[in-house]
Formats: sequence, structure tokens, C-alpha cells
Amino acid sequence: MATTTTAPVVTHKDAHQTNTGISNNKLAMWLFLGTECLLFGGLISTYLLYKTRGNGRTLPTDIFDIPFTSVSSFVLLMSSLTMVLALSAINRGEVERSRAWLLTTAMLGGVFVGGQVYEFTTFVREGVGFTTNPASSAFYTLTGFHGVHVSIGILLLMSLVVASVQGKLKQSNAETVEIIGLYWHFVDIVWIFIFTVIYLIPAE
Amino acid sequence: MSDNVTDVETETAPDDDHHPSDLQYVKIALVLGLITAVEVFTYFESVLDWGDALIPSLLVMMVVKFWLVARMFMHLKQDKPILSGLFITGLGMAVAVYIVALLAFQFWN
Repeated sequence: MATTTTAPVVTHKDAHQTNTGISNNKLAMWLFLGTECLLFGGLISTYLLYKTRGNGRTLPTDIFDIPFTSVSSFVLLMSSLTMVLALSAINRGEVERSRAWLLTTAMLGGVFVGGQVYEFTTFVREGVGFTTNPASSAFYTLTGFHGVHVSIGILLLMSLVVASVQGKLKQSNAETVEIIGLYWHFVDIVWIFIFTVIYLIPAE
Repeated sequence: MSDNVTDVETETAPDDDHHPSDLQYVKIALVLGLITAVEVFTYFESVLDWGDALIPSLLVMMVVKFWLVARMFMHLKQDKPILSGLFITGLGMAVAVYIVALLAFQFWN
């Protein structure tokens, strides 16, 4: 009674299939982003509560440089475009083009972080340090946390670029690019919120 | 057996074909850039005085930008609804919790 069994053909894609039809890594990233909403929500609410508490000293809102921050915001927004173009290229198997877009995204992120460092330096020169008043503490904590997120994103992007140069990033790894892209876009939409609520809406 | 395999393949088929083209992404980015430009113009009161419409307008533009990036760049439009559910749950909880917190601290008084 010999029985013939046919072994299922397991491809790379099949190895990661789940009963939701979504890979665990992607699901975990979305879950993580959902929790990040709570983190940034707390930081933004704290700033809103403290933004007028200057203890008689200069408030961050008094020295905002809106034209400068607008350029930074535009740069971060365009980095979302280059990120999605990197994903689009790797999905088509165009590894070199994808690498170029990933590098561009990391560079735009670097310009944004550089702008933030310049802004912080200017604020400190104007006498608004981290412990100057509750408003400045809340402002630095919120924007600093965001800056750290962007910096982590740059490191993740550069790791993809390095993997690409070493020939380890192929079309089959498109999901890795997509997951890091999700993180990057999230950092962008958090800034969309911060730019409007913290910078553009008048303090009074 | 073969039916089951077909079901799995159909269920987990990649949906990359439905993603926007590069040109569509560029068009979305242009719209985002345009909205940002309008937002920045609100800062210069000498250009146009928005009056009481300023804050609602800024909030609407912010939501549109947020929605465009999440739907198109993060592919929530094409991906499975469970992902939108996860994100909206986190976002909704954050908004609800912190609105209550701001109310408790009499932020709007």
C-alpha cells in the first residue's frame, strides 16, 4: 500500500503567508505605528497644555521661523515621494534605481534633521533652552522625539542602501523596503500634524 | 485539494498591480506640495486675512494631507482592511484619550 504524496511547492512568498494574508512583519509594523499614535498624541497634548506657560520668559512660539520650518516640512514631504518611488522601483526589479531613491530619501531626511539642529541652536542662542520654561521643555521633547524617529529612519534607509550595494537587496526583499517605507511615511504624517498644530495655528 | 490551493493563491495574491504608477505618485506629491504652500500663505496675514476661517481651514488641509499620505503612499487604499483598522484604532484611541485629557485640563477655557 504505497501511497504517493506530492510535497507542496514552498516558495519564498509562501513561507511568510499567514491566515490574514499579510506577513507578520508588516502586521507588526502597522501595530507599532498604531501605538506610536498614542506616544505622539501624548507629546502633542502636553505641548498644547504648556505652550503658553513661559514663566515670564520667551516662549518657543515667539521665535518660530515659519518660512524656514516650511521649507523643512516640504523637504520631509518630498522624501515620502522618493520613498514610495524606491518601493515602486524595487517592485519592478529595478534595484539600482531603487537604491538611488533610497539614498535620496535618506539625504532629504538628513536635510530635515540638519534643519532641526539649526532651529534648536537658534532657539538656545535666543535664550530658549530645554529647561527655560514648561513650554520650551514640552517643545523640545516633542520635536526632539520626532527628530530621533527621523534619524532612526535614516539609519534604516542607509542599511537598505548598504545591503543594496552588497547585492543583498533584491526584488524578493521588496517587503522589507515597504515596511521601512511605512515607518518613514508615518514619521512624515506625524510632522504634517506637528507643523499645523504647533507651528501654524496661532498660540492665542 | 486543488480548490484549496486555488483559494489560498487567490487570497494571498500580491496586489502590487493595483498600486499607483510613478506618475500618479508625483501628481499626489504635487497636490501635497500645493496644500503645504497654501498652509504657509496663511501665516502671512498681509497676503490674505483668513479671519475665523483660519484654524478650521488649517485643520482641514492637515487632514487632507494626512489622508493622502496614509491612503496613497502607505497603500492603505490597496492593502487589506485589517491594516487600516489597526492604524485607525490606534489613531482613534490617541485622539479620544488626549481630547479627554485636554478637556480635563480645561485647555479650551
